[in-house]
Amino acid sequence: MRTPKHMLSGADIFFECLRREKVEYIFGYPGGAVLKLYEKLYDVDHLKHILVRHEQGAAHMAEGYAKATGKVGVVLVTSGPGATNTVTGIADAYMDSVPIVVFTGQVATHLIGNDAFQEADIVGITRPITKHNFLVRDVKELATIIRKAFFIASTGRPGPVLVDLPKDVINSVCEFEYPEKVELRGYKPTFLGHQNQIKKAADIIKNAKRPLLYVGGGVLMSNGERELRLFAKESNIPVTMTLQGLGAFPGNDPQSLGMLGMHGTYYANQAVNNCDVLVSLGARFDDRVTGKVDSFATKAYKIHVDIDPTCIDKNVIVDLPIVGDVKHVLAELASEMNGQMDLEDWWAQINAWREECPLNYEKNDGKLRSEYIIERISEKTKGEAVVVSDVGQHQMWVAQYYKFNNPRSHLTSGGLGTMGFSLPASIGAAFGVKDRTVISISGDGGFQMNIQELITAAYNKLPIKFIIINNSFLGMVRQWQELFHAEKYSFTDLSASNPNFLKVGEAFGLKSFSTNNPAEVDDILDEALSYNDGPVLIEFKVVKEDMVFPIIPSGATIKEMMTKRLDPKEMV
Amino acid sequence: MKHTISVLVENQFGAFNRVATMFSGKGFNIHSISIGETETPEVSRMTIVTEGEDKIMEQVVKQLNRLIDTIKVVDLTGQTRVERELALITVFYQKGTRAELISICDIFRGNVVDINNKTITLEITGPPDKIDAVVNVLEPFGIKEMARSGTVALKRGEQLKLDKNLVTQQ
Ligand SMILES: Cc1ncc(C[n+]2csc(CCOP(=O)(O)OP(=O)(O)O)c2C)c(N)n1
Repeated sequence: MRTPKHMLSGADIFFECLRREKVEYIFGYPGGAVLKLYEKLYDVDHLKHILVRHEQGAAHMAEGYAKATGKVGVVLVTSGPGATNTVTGIADAYMDSVPIVVFTGQVATHLIGNDAFQEADIVGITRPITKHNFLVRDVKELATIIRKAFFIASTGRPGPVLVDLPKDVINSVCEFEYPEKVELRGYKPTFLGHQNQIKKAADIIKNAKRPLLYVGGGVLMSNGERELRLFAKESNIPVTMTLQGLGAFPGNDPQSLGMLGMHGTYYANQAVNNCDVLVSLGARFDDRVTGKVDSFATKAYKIHVDIDPTCIDKNVIVDLPIVGDVKHVLAELASEMNGQMDLEDWWAQINAWREECPLNYEKNDGKLRSEYIIERISEKTKGEAVVVSDVGQHQMWVAQYYKFNNPRSHLTSGGLGTMGFSLPASIGAAFGVKDRTVISISGDGGFQMNIQELITAAYNKLPIKFIIINNSFLGMVRQWQELFHAEKYSFTDLSASNPNFLKVGEAFGLKSFSTNNPAEVDDILDEALSYNDGPVLIEFKVVKEDMVFPIIPSGATIKEMMTKRLDPKEMV
Repeated sequence: MKHTISVLVENQFGAFNRVATMFSGKGFNIHSISIGETETPEVSRMTIVTEGEDKIMEQVVKQLNRLIDTIKVVDLTGQTRVERELALITVFYQKGTRAELISICDIFRGNVVDINNKTITLEITGPPDKIDAVVNVLEPFGIKEMARSGTVALKRGEQLKLDKNLVTQQ
């Protein structure tokens, strides 16, 4: 059926296109250049606009929504400062391949380049941090560009797309015809993996003695968790995950070795170092994973499955690349396997490493520790919650101690490492997945980076559990200062300058708790988890100077892994 | 090693910038870059001369391909191709050297395109190494200014086979 032609304004076309893209939420903030859109928005009822308190918050909310649901997150902001405030969120989405579309207002086309009021060249600014971006110069192009934006953001390796909307384009009128199809001759992501390569990979895997699956966020993006589980279970091959891969395979399954890399488990890293076939699935050999590249998995034949050809041979040269959608490739690989492999010796070795050096922390001195809190949260939510961590030590403890059962449950800023991500991203997630518990976990530093969005959560009565792991320090930086910077604790001690978090929570209208007593943790969590009328805030005051172990120093190898704080007595 | 990469891009706002931004963002070298229209008005051809290890060159091609506006990326290195560059070179002359400069220009099949009482401007076209040679020869005379267009290149059309067919058909 052809859409009947009729005259519409740019603003009308905008909302009509969003309706057709099935957009449920816009995270936005108004301003001069987008007033016309807000005028229309007043009467739009096919989507909900969420008013944020800072445009960075809007971008992270869109990310949280997208990561939790797999759908495209949408942002609408004004020109100039509104646009530039989204930049961190866009860069974050670019690094972690999150599908979001950011609409920015722009000054009228005839004023572009004139240093007009609230003009910023946001297309220029975001060129290196978007998958693609557009400046709409004629209202006739608007519908096609919006269609392309959503298509590009959500297909292939997903990523952020920005669409800059000059004021006159939004105001002018044209004959509207919805483009049922968009033609992008320069953009054709390879979807199906090469048959012969897949066959070859399966043969090599079948003959391996010490195979290992190295699973990244790509598995989740392609919705390939079922195929992964099937393949892993059928074959009996151990699984290790990257920070972004957590949740692709159940964390409490004995076949999971947990996370690998800098703060990964001893046994996962030993397995990487000793495997004879390493199958990388939607992962990109990031430096936080590989450490010293030349010493990474040197004994292994490396198979690399990824939808993005630029990821292949970028950091580590692999033996067998397969470009394609991970879900599909996994399904094909699974069908090529013939049952359980005999990996008894390999598993015996892995289990020995497990016993030699399990994840561990001090449990007997009666002090409140982050690891304990995360363990309790994991237990109480049975690994079923959506946990949105921020950046720092607590992030690594979440990755180590929360046993994720489900995909799209561990939301974190991995590539860019953006402090201030968790609070707004959890809000986006809570809008997207109404039927699941959403828990935001931040450090006392990062919590203050987008603290203004607490009111967005409170006003919308989102039952998010905001947890602050307060160690009175910029903990991760403090850790590096202790280990690598001569114990100069330069500007990382917040004990004298942190606000009263309990009162902050109350001021924003949140049910708030604070404790430093391990004995109270369970009760507080129970109360918080059963409260669903709005957000809660819990401040856990933990010991100040704990460190994340194990740690492989930046650019080092597993030989340099530290598994516990050196005892000064042992050092003499 | 130097590579000549030919890129067809959508003739669209920002496409050139996107390529340039990608090069600087990834830390790739650019020796020269030239861009202009093709036989199809919506498509432009960029010819990029870049240098680096094979592994880097592979990344360059992949990263170019990844850009949404690029339609086709071909590394012409190692393929039979035609490469040309244009240079305008203004050289100082003295009474005794003017004729010599003009004869050098002739040897390289160039044109004299401007002259005044101190300088003479030569137009030279050819493969980039020929331009390098001209520059070398002219340097001792004192080059005042130079503008090089950067390389443009095309793959050579399939030869011989086609011709034979034509012949037999006749
Ligand atoms: C926006 C931003 N600024 C600075 C950093 C550098 N950084 C990484 S971790 C960290 C400390 C985080 O402290 P906190 O939020 O208290 O968490 P903790 O490490 O104590 O768990 C800092 C400053 C960053 N990642 N992001």
